[in-house]
Amino acid sequence: QSTLVIAEHDNKTISPITLNAITAARKLGGEVSCLVAGSNCTSVAGEVSKVAGLSKVLVADSESMMGFLPERLTPLILATQNQFKFTHIVAGASALGKSLMPRVAAKLDVSPISDIVEVKAPDTFVRTIYAGNAIMTLKSKDAVKVITVRGTSFEAASVEGGNAETEDVAVGDLPLDISQFVGQELSKSDRPELTAAKTVISGGRGMKSGENFQMLYTLADKLNAAVGASRAAVDAGYVPNDMQVGQTGKIVAPELYIAVGISGAIQHLAGMKDSKTIVAINKDPEAPIFQVADFGLVADLFKAVPEMTEKV
Amino acid sequence: MSLRVLVGCKRVIDYAVKIRVRPDKLGVVTDGVKHSMNPFDEIAIEEAVRLKEKKIAKEVVAVSCGPTQAQETIRTALAMGADRGIHVEIPAKEMEKLEPLHVSKILAKLAEQEQAELVIVGKQAIDDDSNATAQMTAALLDWPQATFASKLEKTDGELEVTREVDGGLETIKVKLPAVVSSDLRLNEPRYATLPNIMKAKKKKIAKMKPSDLGVNLASHLEVIEVVDPPTREAGIKVEDVDTLVTKLKDSGRI
Repeated sequence: QSTLVIAEHDNKTISPITLNAITAARKLGGEVSCLVAGSNCTSVAGEVSKVAGLSKVLVADSESMMGFLPERLTPLILATQNQFKFTHIVAGASALGKSLMPRVAAKLDVSPISDIVEVKAPDTFVRTIYAGNAIMTLKSKDAVKVITVRGTSFEAASVEGGNAETEDVAVGDLPLDISQFVGQELSKSDRPELTAAKTVISGGRGMKSGENFQMLYTLADKLNAAVGASRAAVDAGYVPNDMQVGQTGKIVAPELYIAVGISGAIQHLAGMKDSKTIVAINKDPEAPIFQVADFGLVADLFKAVPEMTEKV
Repeated sequence: MSLRVLVGCKRVIDYAVKIRVRPDKLGVVTDGVKHSMNPFDEIAIEEAVRLKEKKIAKEVVAVSCGPTQAQETIRTALAMGADRGIHVEIPAKEMEKLEPLHVSKILAKLAEQEQAELVIVGKQAIDDDSNATAQMTAALLDWPQATFASKLEKTDGELEVTREVDGGLETIKVKLPAVVSSDLRLNEPRYATLPNIMKAKKKKIAKMKPSDLGVNLASHLEVIEVVDPPTREAGIKVEDVDTLVTKLKDSGRI
């Protein structure tokens, strides 16, 4: 029994979700190796080799890995799998992991297991269905289990204390002509990343406009918080989709979640209800968000948020 | 080049229905519950119909795998502007055992048979939330994939696709034939008008079985248990901002 974790990174540093995936992988038992595929990614490989609990770091450093295209990563993973015969292949349930892992699974003729929240046994996993309204335990009958891991459900592995050996893997023939990375337009922000922040402040339709989100940014800067949004606020065009918290957006579980002008649709609750403390500010006392809030404040957010900013 | 587009549309429990776990704890209650087309698949159909309106597509074929009622889902797609439908019959009692891998095999086989050059499906179904069918269909066909698409543009033999990724947006180019999965912001699906609903009744739906396509539905996964999520106790209402700030400071959260 052995597991391969696919590392996610930007060729400079490792993404936090990979550390959660490594913890999930260690719960499976057996040796855990990590594949770092990228272009000029030596520093990432060095970083990963120090992560606690890994026995081997496999490195595929090639220009062709630019943009981390699934059409290119898949044959590389399959070749690595062919060589080492892992029983489990694991990645974080990020945009990259979600895009890549089912492609790998189909090539191995196995059913992928998406977004697990718990490992019960090496072949038995827990995941949510129906936007978190039901929880399913399932058993995989496949010889190789291909899994993505919900980051917020597993602690991050320690980035110190490990001393894994590094081994280069060959990048064979890849289908370079069928897909091409053109570019990225990433939201620039000095605030913490949504899924990793200790405090998250989210705005909903009650914010009334994109400009009004400035109020939340100001409070966020005082609390060192990330800013998110409900699907309703995204649908209304107030903010971009990468801020969406919910079953179809990002799943967060910070220590403190402040929902501002959010009614609390099921699909939003699915994305934040594992937060340790939930605060809701809404002028409608009947809003479902109050049913999950530890502290509810029935108030006009346009008065309450500036006042809170002043007083924290 | 004018494309034939194959679109997958899944019949799911309507998004507004409150989910109830079945007493046998092996699934959720589906009998007598309102169903509709998976919202992400509506976006997929809409995009395909728009490609046809722009003369980029020559034909839009809507596919649904499911029991007899899946035909209603296909009719909705036809009323939105799809040209014809394919219903792959899965008996109701086998529906719960249908995995995304099976559906991908069906879609891949149909894409070959129909000589489709583009397959579009929703990025995930709101029942099992797997987010896998597009990726696996692409893998089985050895086609490139453009997942979580929020914008599609066709250039010469290629699609330029803007994708929703964790930190923002990403642009890729994929060579046709390709598989696309639609994200929320790709478009806003139209409502079917009454005349179009009437017209859709005359459109053809072909019926077939997975075995006709040589697809084996053997289970790879076994459901052990389905339970309700843990309920979160409602907390307290606070009077004003001062009390809220004090409570948060006392609990060490700020």
